[in-house]
Amino acid sequence: MCLAIPAKVIGLDGTKAHVDFGQGVLRDVNISLVNVKVGQYVLVHAGYAIQVLEEEEALETLSIWKDVLAAGE
Amino acid sequence: MTQTTRFRNPELVKNIAEKIKEVAPKKSKVKMCHVCGTHEWTITHFGLRSLLPENVEVIAGPGCPVCIVPAAEIDEAVQLSKKDIVVTCFGDVLRVPGSEFSLLEAKAEGADVRVVYSVSDAVEMAKQEPNKEFVFHAVGFETTAPITAVEALGDLPKNFSFLVSHRLIPPAMELLLGLGDLEISGFIAPGHVSAIIGLKPYELFARVYRMPTVVAGFEPVDVMMGIYMILKQVHENTARLENEYSRVVKPEGNIKAQELMTQAFKVTAGNWRGIGRLPDSALQLRPTLVQFDAREKFDVRVEQGKDILLGCECHLVVIGKIKPSECPMFLKGCTPAKPIGACMVSSEGTCRVWAKNVAVQT
Repeated sequence: MCLAIPAKVIGLDGTKAHVDFGQGVLRDVNISLVNVKVGQYVLVHAGYAIQVLEEEEALETLSIWKDVLAAGE
Repeated sequence: MTQTTRFRNPELVKNIAEKIKEVAPKKSKVKMCHVCGTHEWTITHFGLRSLLPENVEVIAGPGCPVCIVPAAEIDEAVQLSKKDIVVTCFGDVLRVPGSEFSLLEAKAEGADVRVVYSVSDAVEMAKQEPNKEFVFHAVGFETTAPITAVEALGDLPKNFSFLVSHRLIPPAMELLLGLGDLEISGFIAPGHVSAIIGLKPYELFARVYRMPTVVAGFEPVDVMMGIYMILKQVHENTARLENEYSRVVKPEGNIKAQELMTQAFKVTAGNWRGIGRLPDSALQLRPTLVQFDAREKFDVRVEQGKDILLGCECHLVVIGKIKPSECPMFLKGCTPAKPIGACMVSSEGTCRVWAKNVAVQT
């Protein structure tokens, strides 16, 4: 039930954002819990954005994991 | 989206699996516990257990908020539905057994029970039908509670109220540590609860209980990396709190959400199905919002319900003491089509997840 799906913010209107879940799925979600700009990704849970996804952080995480794995123990 | 794909990269998952083999103890058993139905789904759906050495076990704790709602609170929802009140809930809640009836059975007998995707949909219905009373059965952990808080503190119509069944995860994790016989060596902490509460509430697990604790995301790379990070700590004989899911979980969490939760709710003791009463583990609307508390508004309060039916072992599944396949009713009397216990009802219940992915569990 804590499932949350990433979606890209494509428009803002007060406490609502128009988001794109990919593959043509568009929906309005409530953004009262986050500060978000158009173009950013949010995690959507039960019609609400609960956090902003950090794209750069995601890429950095992956590169760190690859380093960790390459470095051996 | 690309981020999801990257965190599902099979090559990377295989590499992590190799590293896990290197760092895992050669003989002694290591058991770690997650407390999130979505983690169980990832592990089961992608067959991640098959990539782990035999002596590394990942068990599912009380991570399904629907499964642990006590029967008494479903009974309250059913009673409300019998008072000509429209009861709205998430789809997963509909079939959770009460002492005698689920909300679905109440609906079959004529009650107006409606499934909503979001609480805001329920509020909208109440605005459009002002001559009817609406109640939303608010179930969920810290991921969901802030959403209830936003609505409770917002512009609610007079004909709307909440039956609050929210619960908090850290007290349940502490309970698991008290059950000495589970012999857990690490916690995989739930990423989306943590997106709200941040890292601080888990600090005591590493510091006081010496339990390696890693907050992890929900893609295969996330979960495998979480398992690796715990094993590495076990190998180094240390206990730290680490964050694998930094792209979503900030150390401080979502402060806006925390503030709204504090404004709307007070923390109180709560009953958990199959577990019992846990101190400081439930949320209750503050007295300033009493007009939106369905229990007060309609004088409905059930103190005791029938949580576990004869033969059902949900109470052992929910704390990770047995696997679903060890319950005598699993896929015999109790199936996704005709669930007996709460763990088979919700799409995040451990039994339901196993039943839907049974081929990869053997």
